[in-house]
Formats: sequence, structure tokens, C-alpha cells
Amino acid sequence: MTESHTLTARELSLAYDGADIIDHLDVSIPPGSITVIVGANACGKSTLLRGLARLMKPRVGRVEVDGRDIHSYPSKQLARLVGLLPQHPVAPAGITVADLVARGRYPHQGWFARGTAADDAAIAHALEQTSTTELAGRAVEELSGGQRQRVWIAMALAQEPEILLLDEPTTFLDVTHQVEVLDLLMHLNKERGTTVVMVLHDLNLAARYADHLIVMAKGAIVASGAPDEVITVETVRAAFDLESVVIADPVCGSPMVVPIGRFHQLG
Amino acid sequence: MSALVAARAVRRSRARLVTIVLLGAVLVIAALSLAVGAYSVSLPDLLATLAGQGNSKNEFIVLRLRLPRLTMAVLAGLAFALAGALFQALLGNPLASPDLIGITGGASVAAVFAILVLGLSGFAVSGFAFVGALVVASTIYLLSWRQGIAGYRFVLVGIGIAFMVQAALGYLLTRADVRDAQGALVWMVGSLSGTLWTEVAVAAISVGVLVPAVIVLAPKLRMLQLGDDTARGLGVRVDLSRVLLLAVAVALAAVATASVGPIAFVAFVAGPIARRLVPGTSLVPSALVGVLLVSTADFVSQHLLPGGVQVPVGIITGAIGAPYLLWLLATRRSRGEA
Repeated sequence: MTESHTLTARELSLAYDGADIIDHLDVSIPPGSITVIVGANACGKSTLLRGLARLMKPRVGRVEVDGRDIHSYPSKQLARLVGLLPQHPVAPAGITVADLVARGRYPHQGWFARGTAADDAAIAHALEQTSTTELAGRAVEELSGGQRQRVWIAMALAQEPEILLLDEPTTFLDVTHQVEVLDLLMHLNKERGTTVVMVLHDLNLAARYADHLIVMAKGAIVASGAPDEVITVETVRAAFDLESVVIADPVCGSPMVVPIGRFHQLG
Repeated sequence: MSALVAARAVRRSRARLVTIVLLGAVLVIAALSLAVGAYSVSLPDLLATLAGQGNSKNEFIVLRLRLPRLTMAVLAGLAFALAGALFQALLGNPLASPDLIGITGGASVAAVFAILVLGLSGFAVSGFAFVGALVVASTIYLLSWRQGIAGYRFVLVGIGIAFMVQAALGYLLTRADVRDAQGALVWMVGSLSGTLWTEVAVAAISVGVLVPAVIVLAPKLRMLQLGDDTARGLGVRVDLSRVLLLAVAVALAAVATASVGPIAFVAFVAGPIARRLVPGTSLVPSALVGVLLVSTADFVSQHLLPGGVQVPVGIITGAIGAPYLLWLLATRRSRGEA
């Protein structure tokens, strides 16, 4: 990975049924790093990700990749730059892991260039990276939640995007599998230089894995930057309406939010 | 890499085996359909006749009477099955078959109107049937459109339309003269008897245009099955692809219905049966299952009923198809697989 691709939103407003969910937002995703978007429920974080992934047309403003409006790209060309793993992907009944992962190659295939050596190499590499090679012949619906999520990430890897967007990739996973998935994404970022942008629920995991953190509340950005600058008692209060203590994560020193709650007191 | 290759090889060899077995079964039924009847032709004579070296009597029986009927059965089975499999895959719902959501019913109403009220016959009736299917399909599409198409809403609107269509059919039939109504009823059940080469030619040209369109669009169908968001993320123009695929599926159902009438259940069961044989959405096995269903049902309807009774082919497909579907539903292995 030598060149890095930029993803920016300018004056972006996104609306459902005429009501603005996010309003005139400017976002700049640092190339080659891991950006995590956090915030309370219904703060617009998933909507922002959908907007960045061209799943929604902006009401106002635009999203740009390398300075060019994403809605002006030919769809396959953009898919080679920006990949997406939605929150609830659908696996067709009976599909095998190998077949599902192979579908990630779609944007690289034309009428006559299908099933090429490059396709096979990318699929094999994606399976290997996600430790799903031995599952290749299994039906996706037979797999456990953690295995299934690894398979979906393998599909996104087979796409070989420069920028990968993920909407809550750790939801419904136990803590072991959450860490496994985040480690995998970090490895991908370090090894290939893929820019990773994801929405996460767990603030502490977000602070640990993010190079760049975006904290949202009510459709606006409350704070953004390096986790140890952004995660403060004040930010947590503003974004989550929660009293907390922020300490250093004993494992890696990143900020760690310890909530207080009604029935407990500090000290 | 080897695990990947092995996994793929297993699926491909299964698909190939199923395809070969289905093709073999179709050939057997085809040979029987051409050879067996009130006047039976031996296999050597049959092959000689097909090669253009038979006597004139065999030539008349096989090439003028039986072959057009068999060819039409093959074309109709293929078109119905592909239409059904496309609808079911596109809308992610096994109930989303053109015969359940009123599309072939729309063709019936238009055709019965043409027969009973306008006194038409032949190609004019087929033309009305084709337009009827298109009108119903467009109506369902427009009524179920809410910033996109959701499978379940499409099916619900379609089922509503199907009831309206039934009411219209009932009205037309009760108002008609009994003898005219009899002719319309035969059309409504779906029949292959008395098929002419000219009718086969029209159906063959239509299917010949639509099948390549299916082949071109099939990769997009596979992506749409991953859900709209994933498909869009992988560079598919979701709404455009879906409209094109639906249009092709509707045209296939319309051509088949216009040619032979709404033969029951073929569109509905071909896909699920094929999926039982080969996991995943497999258009080729679905089409072959459809061909086998219609040609077998037509053979049964002509020769295998007790007392030498002959009935329209649609009676047989309904009688076999419905129980088979119930059995499939009762024994299916997991959710969403039917």
C-alpha cells in the first residue's frame, strides 16, 4: 500500500422521510488509520456511516473519495475503493462460505474476467486472514455467530477495498469474539494499510483500537481526535448523559471509562 | 488454496450430476412423448423420423402432431420455472411466484375477456394474456414501491391482486354462454393439446430473447441476494438491476401463460425442488425441473390416467405440485429454505 485514499464529508445532511438525522457535518477520515464512531443510541452514527458508504443520498452536501463526489463514481470503481459491511448482512439459504466470500470479488469482475487467478488468490488470502479456510465448504447458516462474522469480514477483504466501513461489526458477539474481530481489523490495517472506519458500541474497546475517535450526539460531532484527547469525563457526560471516571487502561494505557450510576459512589 | 478448490469442486460436481440426471430424465420423457400414443412408433423408427428418414405416416404423427406439443411443453416449463425462480430469489420469499401473486391470473383475465367478450382466438388471445400479465405486474410494483421494493410487501399486494383477479374471472365466466365458458375454462387450466408449429415459433423466439437476458443479469441477482446494502457496497446498481430482473421474469411468465395458459404450480415449485437438489439458487436446475415437470405432466395427462381419460396438463401439475410442496415444507431442514 503506497498511495492513501481520502474520505471526507462536506456540509453533509442526511435525512429519513424528510427529517434530518445529521445536519451539516464536516468529517475527514485520516487515511491509513482506524477511525471509530461512537455515541449514544439514535445519535446518528450509523446514519453517518451509511452516508459515507453511499447507501444514502445526501439531502445537502457531499461525500468525497479523493476529492470526487462518491455519487459521481461508476459503481464498481467506487466499490474497489470503498467496501462496506452492514450491520445485518443477509446470507442466501444454502450458500457455502467459499461461495459467499467469492461474491466479494464482484467489483473486480467484468463480462469475461471472472474466476481469474487474481480472484482465487484474493479469496484464498481473505479466508486465510480470517482463519476461515477450513470452513470453506460449510454452509454459512450452520456456523456460530463469531465464525459467521469472520466469514462476512472475509467477503469484505476479498473485495480488497482501500477503505473499509463496518457498522457495529461486534454486535451479538461475546467478548472473546469481539476482541478477535477487532484484532483482525487492526491486523488488516497494519498489514495492508487499509483505512478502517467503524461504528462501535463499547467505548473502551473503541478507545483501545481507534487511532481516531469521533464522538457523536444528536446528529452532531461532540469531539474528534486521538482517544486520549477525546475521552474525558466532560465528553462522556455530553455524549451519553453519564457520570463516569476515566482511568488508564491497565493493558495499553488508552483511556477507559468507568461509569458511576445511581447506586454507587466514587471512593 | 486447496480447501477452497476442494469446497468448490464438491459443489460443482453435485450441480453437474444433478444437471446430467435431470437432462437424462427429460430425454426419456421426450422420447416417450414422441413414441407413445394411439399409434405407437418404435424407437428406431422414431430416430429415423427425427433424422428426416421416416415414412410419411410417422412423419405426420411425430413431426406434425407430437413434436410441436413436446417443444411447447419444454419452452413453457423452462419459462415458468425461470420466472418463478427469479421472483423467489429477487424477493427473498418462496411465496413470491407469479402464479400466486396474480401475474399469471392477470394473463388469464385478459385472455378470458378476449375469448368471451371479444370473441377472439389464437394469437390475439395470447397477445391479450401477455398484456394482462404486464399490467398486473406493473400494478403490483407501483403499489408496493416505498423508496424501494420489500419482498413481503410485494407478495402481500400480489396476493390481494390475485383475489381481485379471481373475482374478475368469476364474473366473466358466470356472465358467459356455457359453451364459450367451457373453452375459456380449458384455457384457464392450461393446455398443450393441438399446439401448432407457428405457436411454438413465437414462444421459441420470445424465450430465445429472454434466456440470454437472464444469463446476462444472473450475476447481479446473486449479489442482490446478499441484501440491498451489501449489494450496493459491492458496486451493484440495486434498483436498476432489480427492475430489469423483475421485467425479464414477468416477460417469461407472460410468454409462458400466453402460449399455454397458466399451468398451475410449475413456477411455484420448480425453484424449491431444484434448491433441494443443489443448495443455493440454481437457475439451470430450476429450468430443467420445470421442463421435466411440464413434459411429464403432459405425458401423464395424455396416456397414464385410468380409463384412458385425457385432461389438460394443468390439472396434473396442480395435483402433483401441491402435495409435493406440502411435503417440502413439512420436511425442510432449516428456516428460509423451502
